[in-house]
Amino acid sequence: MKSWTRWALAAPAAIAVVVFLIIPVAGTILTTFGDPKGVFAPYIAFYNSGFRRTVLYRTLEIALITTAISLLLGFVAAWVVARAPGRMRSILIIAAVFPLLTGVIIRSFAWMIILGKNGILNNFMLWIGAISEPLPMLYTEGAVIVAMVYLFTPLMILTLVGVLEGIPEDLVQASLSLGASPAATFRQVIFPLAVPGLIIGSVLVFTGSFTSYATPQILGGERQMMMGTFLYQRAMVTFDWVGASTIAAVMILVTFAVVIAMSRLARRLNPVAVA
Amino acid sequence: MTTRTSPVLVAIAALIFLFLVAPLVIIVGASLSDTTYLAFPPRGLTLRWFWNIFEIEAFRSTAITSFQLAVLGTTLSLLIGIPAAYALNRYRVELPKWLSTVYVLPILVPEIVFGFSLMKSVSVELGVSIFPSLLIGHALLVLPYSVRVVSASLASFDFSVEEAAISLGSPPLKTFFTVVLPNIRSGVIAAFILAFITSINDVSVSVFLTGPGISTLPIQLLAYMQQFFDPTLASVSVLLMIVTVAVMAVVEATLGLTFLTK
Repeated sequence: MKSWTRWALAAPAAIAVVVFLIIPVAGTILTTFGDPKGVFAPYIAFYNSGFRRTVLYRTLEIALITTAISLLLGFVAAWVVARAPGRMRSILIIAAVFPLLTGVIIRSFAWMIILGKNGILNNFMLWIGAISEPLPMLYTEGAVIVAMVYLFTPLMILTLVGVLEGIPEDLVQASLSLGASPAATFRQVIFPLAVPGLIIGSVLVFTGSFTSYATPQILGGERQMMMGTFLYQRAMVTFDWVGASTIAAVMILVTFAVVIAMSRLARRLNPVAVA
Repeated sequence: MTTRTSPVLVAIAALIFLFLVAPLVIIVGASLSDTTYLAFPPRGLTLRWFWNIFEIEAFRSTAITSFQLAVLGTTLSLLIGIPAAYALNRYRVELPKWLSTVYVLPILVPEIVFGFSLMKSVSVELGVSIFPSLLIGHALLVLPYSVRVVSASLASFDFSVEEAAISLGSPPLKTFFTVVLPNIRSGVIAAFILAFITSINDVSVSVFLTGPGISTLPIQLLAYMQQFFDPTLASVSVLLMIVTVAVMAVVEATLGLTFLTK
């Protein structure tokens, strides 16, 4: 076939991405460099504002904590799923997939019922006498982190199940029967083989939580503003489009830096894998 | 022979799965409560909150919009995504490597940045009205699923079968529909389902593009949540979960859910 055929097939989707994604996003980034006070003026303003820095650091902190907890929970759950007998395995996979396919609004809303002033957790603690009056748990950093861990653990589990299933049982057996303790087996055999999966899972969870909007909006409110909610507020409430674009550019910078750094790391730790 | 997984690990994993499932069970319980506020465990059982959904015009109209967007956006993305996936696999050597990265950009760029940028350029500068803007946003947002999932199933397709048909005189377009497409049917179904679910649940892109009179169900839920805190919220959530269950049943029947761990 002639060469125009392959381009005729490949082009419509590529043009759609260029016109509706690359050009608009490039436009957003470009508007941040048009300040008469200097090319980097909006970024200097961003960095000099204590409030904006706080939002950035809070978002980084929440995303890192979420990633760390999801890694831990996801690894244990995925290990058990990967070693579970056939029927049990399918049930557990369904239990992980179902929340993943349920909307983010619904999953965040569930935590409003649990953590609210008259919520399940407060009522329970009042009932057992652990507290004498309801604790304010909504609109705290803790509430956002719990909901984010809830949101992203299924993603981590599904990413890791495939990788952990690929670790041959014989290898684990051999290590144990040659006298390595379970801890040493984990550290020297299982963990190194799981690294590619751990890196992919971490990138997905970190970028997902770093750029999230709905969960901090519902459970963090104005008090626990994150980059996503901050961008929305700047763009749609105060109509400061340059400010919003600066936040957008910082978000892109952080996510791309993390993706590139982690795929470099993956390549160094595992030269065979093509990240 | 397999080693037995340590009972301690199994117990911890059980707790993790409880943590994943319990909040959804709580929503189902709260949707049945015969109280004007959200309560769990439910006090008295009623289905009246489910009827209440249909009384609230905003939920009805936004549910219709969300459904239309998901069907049209997904279809559009497949219309441009299937040819792209085909070209990527059929002309793997001839086409540049970066092309496959271009197609997945919509999931690499933070959704909220994409939504904001699309609002500025398409809705404001070009003056495109609300529904078409939303449609563009949703079609783009789900394009990576269309290209990647269809591509994955084309990867195992033997193109020499297609060549045989063509050399025997079958026209290329007809060959695609009678030889190639039937072989990647399950991939197309999977792509449709993943894209549909992503579109119908989307918040970050839609939040910038909705406007007076036209909104989507998740955005409407978000707005309702800021003002009211009654079991209607839980009952809408339950209805959406029923849709998800139906979708999972379709996935299980066509591909098997283990497909999602690959």
